[in-house]
Amino acid sequence: MSMINYASREINCKIVYYGPGLGVKTTNLEHVYGKVSPDTRGKLISLATETERTLFFDFLPVDLGTIRGFKTRFHLYTVPGQVYYNASRKLILKGVDGIVFVADSQIERMEANQEAMQNLYDNMSEYGYDLTRMPFVIQYNKRDLPNAAPIRDLQSALNPGWEISDPSRMRVTANPFRSGENLVEQLQTGEWVEHAPYFDAVAVTGEGVFDTLKAVSKLVLKSLA
Amino acid sequence: MPVGAASWSFTEDDFGAITKSLERFLFDSNARCALLVDRSGQLVATVGEQPKFDPTAFATLTAADFSANDQLAKLIGENDFNSLFHQGEKESMYLADIARRVILVVLFDNRTTLGLVRLKMKATVDELSKFFEEVFKRGANDASKPNILAGADDEIDKLFQ
Ligand SMILES: Nc1nc2c(ncn2[C@@H]2O[C@H](COP(=O)(O)OP(=O)(O)OP(=O)(O)O)[C@@H](O)[C@H]2O)c(=O)[nH]1
Ligand SMILES: [Mg+2]
Repeated sequence: MSMINYASREINCKIVYYGPGLGVKTTNLEHVYGKVSPDTRGKLISLATETERTLFFDFLPVDLGTIRGFKTRFHLYTVPGQVYYNASRKLILKGVDGIVFVADSQIERMEANQEAMQNLYDNMSEYGYDLTRMPFVIQYNKRDLPNAAPIRDLQSALNPGWEISDPSRMRVTANPFRSGENLVEQLQTGEWVEHAPYFDAVAVTGEGVFDTLKAVSKLVLKSLA
Repeated sequence: MPVGAASWSFTEDDFGAITKSLERFLFDSNARCALLVDRSGQLVATVGEQPKFDPTAFATLTAADFSANDQLAKLIGENDFNSLFHQGEKESMYLADIARRVILVVLFDNRTTLGLVRLKMKATVDELSKFFEEVFKRGANDASKPNILAGADDEIDKLFQ
């Protein structure tokens, strides 16, 4: 739930990193924490188990700059990916403005990715939020591993495109993050679909981490404009 | 169906009104400090003694604490717990729901008692509940405050170059 605070001149937005267990959601936040200058970020809070698995959430506030005299403050959260933590996972989605789905590229994790995606969609609908119309990006992580599935396969499993029913949105829209690809397109069957923007990443080295964060933050601010 | 979470705004006038109400409460109850946190974990206002801890982190944990307790209430067959109390040796905190949108957190020490804080809090909670219901009805698009991001697409693009 974004808040425009005229008293403190801040725009506050909430972004949630979602995805299967060990999919490197926490590593994303740790990388951001380590790379941005300390005066533009707050404390990194991790509610985790002894084995460093997220139990409730990780939280990191970052300032991404000023627009029209207002500081843009993004509150980044991760959820626990492990299946049985669904109750806590759902709580973190409350009031979310933008979502990053962090997928684990390993072939063996394909099913876990799909389950997590379905779980995200279900939890969002329970709050009455429409994931298909919200700022939403996908990050394919662990691209460094030899058993990483090809992006093409990940795309068709996790990002085949939401069906578009609103005629005013049925026009080919280029993907601003990948030249030569489209976000909105018409399939051979005649159906119009919209894909989420997606990024390759290797969270340990930080590759793709900021591209993902920038893309989702930009979409969130644009949704307010 | 709304696309996602609603957005809301908070003005200088709101801040003034809340500060007045909370200052009166702090004076009457002898509590040290009051914070208002929205349900998604954003700090809205701090009144009284400035806390020495990181208020942003505090706000996030407050909202998480409150929503976890809400779910616990449901599991035992209650609708919600409209307040929570955490007692420490020297410092204690009392949390109360405001219009199901905001949480009032009061920090106090042994200069006062839970009884007094709770007693004085009732009227403040009622007053703030009415106030926030109006604020949320207004949403982010207060007619007197044009959307500051309207038409800011280019500036947003620039921010992320
Ligand atoms: N191969 C590879 N492994 C990584 C990379 N980044 C992080 N890891 C490892 O992946 C594991 C899980 O990372 P986390 O960030 O804790 O995963 P998570 O998604 O937060 O997991 P949960 O909290 O259980 O939901 C850790 O053991 C990391 O060392 C990467 O870029 N490539
Ligand atoms: Mg984690």
